[in-house]
Amino acid sequence: MIWYYIRSSIILSILLTTPTLSAHAETTADHGKYDELNKTFTSAPDVTKACLKCHTEASKQIHKTSHWTWDYLNPENKQRLGKKNILNNYCITPQSNYASCAACHIGYGWEDENFDFTAEDRVDCLVCHDTTGEYHKPSGNAGYPADYVNLKKVAQNVGKSSRDTCGACHFFGGGGDAVKHGDLDSSLAAPERSLDVHMDALGADFTCATCHKSDKHDVVGSRYSPTAAATKGYFMRGEQDHGNTATCRSCHDNNPHSEKHEKLNQHSKKIACQTCHIPALARGGIATKMSWDWSTAGQLTADGKPLIKKNEQGQVIYHGKKGDFTYGANIAPEYTWFNGKVRYTLLSDKIVNPEEVLKVNAFEGSSDDGISRIWPVKIFRGKQPYDSVNKTLVVPHTAGKDDKAYWKGFDWNKAISHGMKTAGLPFSGEVDFIQTEMSWPITHMVAPAKDAVKCAECHTKNGRLQNIEGIYIPGRDSNEWLDKAGWLVALLSLIGVLVHGGIRILMHSKKD
Amino acid sequence: MTVERTYIFKRFERFWHWSQALLIIFLLLTGFEIHNSYHLFGFEQATQLHTTAAWTLIGLWVFAIFWHFTTGEWKQYIPTLNKVDAMIKYYLTGIFTDAPHPFKPTVLRKHNPLQRLAYLSFWVVISPVVWISGGLYLFYSSWESWGLESLLTLEWVAFFHVLGAFMNLAFLIVHLYLITTGHTVGAHLKAMITGWETNE
Repeated sequence: MIWYYIRSSIILSILLTTPTLSAHAETTADHGKYDELNKTFTSAPDVTKACLKCHTEASKQIHKTSHWTWDYLNPENKQRLGKKNILNNYCITPQSNYASCAACHIGYGWEDENFDFTAEDRVDCLVCHDTTGEYHKPSGNAGYPADYVNLKKVAQNVGKSSRDTCGACHFFGGGGDAVKHGDLDSSLAAPERSLDVHMDALGADFTCATCHKSDKHDVVGSRYSPTAAATKGYFMRGEQDHGNTATCRSCHDNNPHSEKHEKLNQHSKKIACQTCHIPALARGGIATKMSWDWSTAGQLTADGKPLIKKNEQGQVIYHGKKGDFTYGANIAPEYTWFNGKVRYTLLSDKIVNPEEVLKVNAFEGSSDDGISRIWPVKIFRGKQPYDSVNKTLVVPHTAGKDDKAYWKGFDWNKAISHGMKTAGLPFSGEVDFIQTEMSWPITHMVAPAKDAVKCAECHTKNGRLQNIEGIYIPGRDSNEWLDKAGWLVALLSLIGVLVHGGIRILMHSKKD
Repeated sequence: MTVERTYIFKRFERFWHWSQALLIIFLLLTGFEIHNSYHLFGFEQATQLHTTAAWTLIGLWVFAIFWHFTTGEWKQYIPTLNKVDAMIKYYLTGIFTDAPHPFKPTVLRKHNPLQRLAYLSFWVVISPVVWISGGLYLFYSSWESWGLESLLTLEWVAFFHVLGAFMNLAFLIVHLYLITTGHTVGAHLKAMITGWETNE
């Protein structure tokens, strides 16, 4: 354990002290030598203007991506998704909270509905292309960098995206390190091979972009319509109409196991690679949140500050602003059939039965649709506010300096009234809490082959796949009646021959 | 009293019988572990061993079938009802009172009529159930290309494979006991080891 920290800190310090060197070594362009960047920038958009003088099409490209629009039309079911439209069961939604949430928008100045999505100088080039590690966008700043950031230095040292730049947002989704995904956190900044065979900092050293290739700044690999059942296998990069490069099979092909392990290749028809090769959630040791109960939020200390409770590990298990939390690190994921189709419960959808657990996003799939595979998922369980009269989920205004913000005024009614008004949606004024679930596909933190899930962990009763329906798993399943009858016949045969033999012995001993 | 010795089981036949016996016992042992009846080798190893043993037995059978046809030994399994009643009567009564064994093995008729029936059913009922279901199990991933996908489910293939296993197990138990029912307790066993049947 100690060695782990020493090694990690050595890697980290190497990575932190050599970014300029590596950035310059990899590219033919030293941005430090450009006159356009050799000046003191008074605002971040000025940097973007300088970038656009050479990279003339960059902002136009960014404008078309969901990193910029936070808007995504699911081509399959025509649901209007994207961060701007969906809800989750963590912080719920950026709507009415943009000044805070836009810290993770690749733009400058998104604080309300009036943000100009056509402004080219509002694109934030630096958040993805920084190599110094000194660029930072604080919460509440509408996506602008912190005042202390040396824009000139960052601009002169731009380079390719890295695990650090992508991770600046994607490791910290849900409001903190490791909170949201269960397979993305800061342990992947400089991982060892045991944590991720591909991103191994001293080995293959993949960046996120190695798999998540971008084309005209559009990055493949969408959680809204993921490729859950790739069948095409390996393909040459650059091939037209190639599909998703962020799948295992796009490099490893359809039958990656050696002939000796042909049985494993056969499994790949029904089982996603991730199911065996990612044996646990949060394998890097940083705990991910497993549940969030908003209904208990609002407890304050005597002096009016939000009450905070921590467990022995120092994890916040209750926060007056947010409610109760539970955590998990290095725990087995849950499993589900998944064909890549995801249906969200949107603000426009009626809640049929508030007594049932509501699926904020539902992974579709079954054993018999011919395409689904068994996937590992993190199921995040929540309890969040909803409109108990209109029977819809709601937009709470949580972050802000005004007293309508829940985290300031601790009044759900005010917070939701404001949130729904901002979103242009009706609100009855009646708030209750509903249990919700979200599924998160587990696809990062790929373990070395030797650490893959062992056969017997599924081929047994009460194993990892105990809840997977629609398939016969040897070792898990059996025909109860056949087993009973079979053992009975075997037992009767045994008794029969023993009795027969016993009588023979008896008769002989009598005669003697 | 003269002792009459007959060479009943030839060398290949004995080799085949004992190899097959060991393989079937081993297949039962590993098979029921795969079926989660107990833990011995661990699922992964049990599966590999079971598959290897199955292919070995298939190889042995190729030779055995070839041998049966070239030597005409397959005729040993032609069923007959002749003396079946005498055999049943012997097992039910005569064996307890040391009555003479109603059947005397010869080179042309090695097995008593009940044995004939039992071994024939092993060849044409039990074994096909095991081999067909086992083969389908092994080639599960080829079902699609063979056009079997819509006709079969693994659940039913597994059902018949387990059914075959139980039939084999019951056969084995009874078979092991019936070894002791020759005209002496050790006569059958000795014949299958040495090849020589001794008749008094």
